[in-house]
Amino acid sequence: MAEFLQQTVNGLALGSIYALIALGYTLVYGVLRFVNFAHGDVLMIGAYAAVFLHGPLRHMPGGTHSVGGFVLVTAGAMLVCAALGVLIEFLAYRPLRRQARLTVLITSIGVSLLLANGGQIVFGANQRPFPDLLPEKNLPLAAGVVVSSSHLVVLGVALLLLLLLTLVVHRTRYGLAIRALSQNPTAAALMGVHLNGTISFTFAIGSALAGAAGVLYAMNIHSVEPLMGTLPGIKAFIAAVLGGIGSLHGAAIGGLILGLIESFAGGSVLSSYRDAIAFGALVLILLIRPAGLFGSAQTEKV
Amino acid sequence: MKLPTPDRIFTGVLAALLATATLTSCKKSPTPASTDSTDASAPSSKGSKAPAGPAPIRIGEFTSLTGVNASFGQSTHKGSTLAVEEINAKGGVLGRPLELVTRDNQSKAGETSIIVRDLISREKVVALIGEIASRRSLEAAPIAQDSGIPMISPASTNERVTLTGNCIFRICFTDGFQGRVLSKFLSSLGVKKVAILVDNAQDYSVGLSENFRKAFTESGGQIVSEQSYSSGDKDFRSQLTAIKAQNPEAVLLPNYYTEAPLVVRQARQLGIDVPFVGGDGWDSTELVTLGGDAMEGSFFSNHFAPESEKAAVQQFVKAYRDKYQTDPDAIAALGYDAVGVLADAITRAGSTDPIPLLEALAGTKEFPAVTGNITMDENRNPTKSAVIIRVEGGKFRYLETVTP
Repeated sequence: MAEFLQQTVNGLALGSIYALIALGYTLVYGVLRFVNFAHGDVLMIGAYAAVFLHGPLRHMPGGTHSVGGFVLVTAGAMLVCAALGVLIEFLAYRPLRRQARLTVLITSIGVSLLLANGGQIVFGANQRPFPDLLPEKNLPLAAGVVVSSSHLVVLGVALLLLLLLTLVVHRTRYGLAIRALSQNPTAAALMGVHLNGTISFTFAIGSALAGAAGVLYAMNIHSVEPLMGTLPGIKAFIAAVLGGIGSLHGAAIGGLILGLIESFAGGSVLSSYRDAIAFGALVLILLIRPAGLFGSAQTEKV
Repeated sequence: MKLPTPDRIFTGVLAALLATATLTSCKKSPTPASTDSTDASAPSSKGSKAPAGPAPIRIGEFTSLTGVNASFGQSTHKGSTLAVEEINAKGGVLGRPLELVTRDNQSKAGETSIIVRDLISREKVVALIGEIASRRSLEAAPIAQDSGIPMISPASTNERVTLTGNCIFRICFTDGFQGRVLSKFLSSLGVKKVAILVDNAQDYSVGLSENFRKAFTESGGQIVSEQSYSSGDKDFRSQLTAIKAQNPEAVLLPNYYTEAPLVVRQARQLGIDVPFVGGDGWDSTELVTLGGDAMEGSFFSNHFAPESEKAAVQQFVKAYRDKYQTDPDAIAALGYDAVGVLADAITRAGSTDPIPLLEALAGTKEFPAVTGNITMDENRNPTKSAVIIRVEGGKFRYLETVTP
């Protein structure tokens, strides 16, 4: 029983990270109807940004092991990633907006390769230690379950960002613009929604979330390396599809479900097949419910 | 702006492909034959290539100078370069200087076979030195065996490496021995229940865990849990939780220094307090750089400890410190010994032709290497002792020597 509960805690923490990344995928898909494969590598840039931002913080009062330091570093990483997301959209995706969907998709794969391999050249291919942003404490609960402070931080930050995102999307004018754009771009433009600006804003939010996810992920694995974003990126894409791509709460729930599946599979006899099981779950969901759990099946009138 | 027509797109793509092909082929052209061209961190040495005079004896070195196991490759290279310099300073071998031709496989699977073929056919080396990781040695061994070129692995411990054929030698102990060493060590600590976390993608890890399991169960111990992961995985919490549920007294982690510290840190976060034990794959300062306090109190078996009092060791450590301003690790010592054994064999054979050289290598007896006396057995493995290292205060401390 203790093992089951512990795996649940692990799964929820892992799932929250996937959820944050999946939200970025789903936001961009909702607005532009294409999957941004470079998203996973934005996560990697966020983690490295945190490594570099961490240095100067040492001279601040409170030092680096403080909550304030952590917030600053994460916010900084999110800003860097937001800027990167806007830049990528402007340089790589905007010129291709009138082209076929496939063209932009391939371009996004190209951007992903550029970021990952460029990262290897700039940062070096070796993995580096990720600095301890917060002191790590273990809180043994009843029934043999140990909740580590890093579990709590991940869950807390993810929840907070999720709430903020929901607030922005459902209660602000910018969010209204995003929702309008995702329903019908032409009509939205006719109603006065600034197309380019809103799209840039969407990319900025999505990438900022990936940046935060990058910091949290690096905190959990205690290291950074240029190719670290590939696998979480793919898994988060699966999570987004599982939950229904285009739906915000679908992405969040999909992320949590995937984290739980991975956690239970990894602790069982089938631990070598952990990734295969995660991908298998995707295939299963697509067979039973192609739109994902919370997605809406789009019917095309012929 | 005119939209690109299909013709222009095609021409553009073709031009890009040609450009990429030209650029990448430039990268693979043979590097100039000086030992430090591929390792920027070692100070440049001018003593390894004679300006004129007798033709140098070319030794091919293939190793992981960059990539995930860069620490191994760079240590090997430092050790082998030091050995080549020392030998050349004393007049070389058979009156000819040694020349080390080094190639980097970037720690990637597949690269090793390309560079080994290149070393054999284009660079025409008389012998090969490499690799550290058993998986990559196993990749190179069949190629060396088919060409009849002797290959000496400084540190691959998987048994299958030398079983490939009579051209493949090693300078280190095998996993059969290492598994028994670790089993004996854990038993001596009174440990009866051990859990294992294996890296399924590495022959070293799989081989060592199998050998350990055999030795430990034979001596009455119990493997309470065995979980696995794949190289490159970063999150081990699910496997560690399953291990924790079985209450082991120690956990065997027969993997490399790249993942070991991550595993141990996550284990401590989950409340797993028992000691972690590893093999010689842990031998790198990155173990404590990445692992921090979590690694305190962990043990691993290794080939050599710089604190040893033996004259040969102290001499080597001093020379290494003078040249590189840092202490050598076991991998560097093995790289040094590999060159030493090869030079000794060439001298005894009186020639660099493969057949006499292979015979001389197989007949190596009581060669006084830094990592112990080397006598090749019928499988071209040396019988040597192992040391147990304990991580203390962020440093490696020698604990004890275990003899076969």
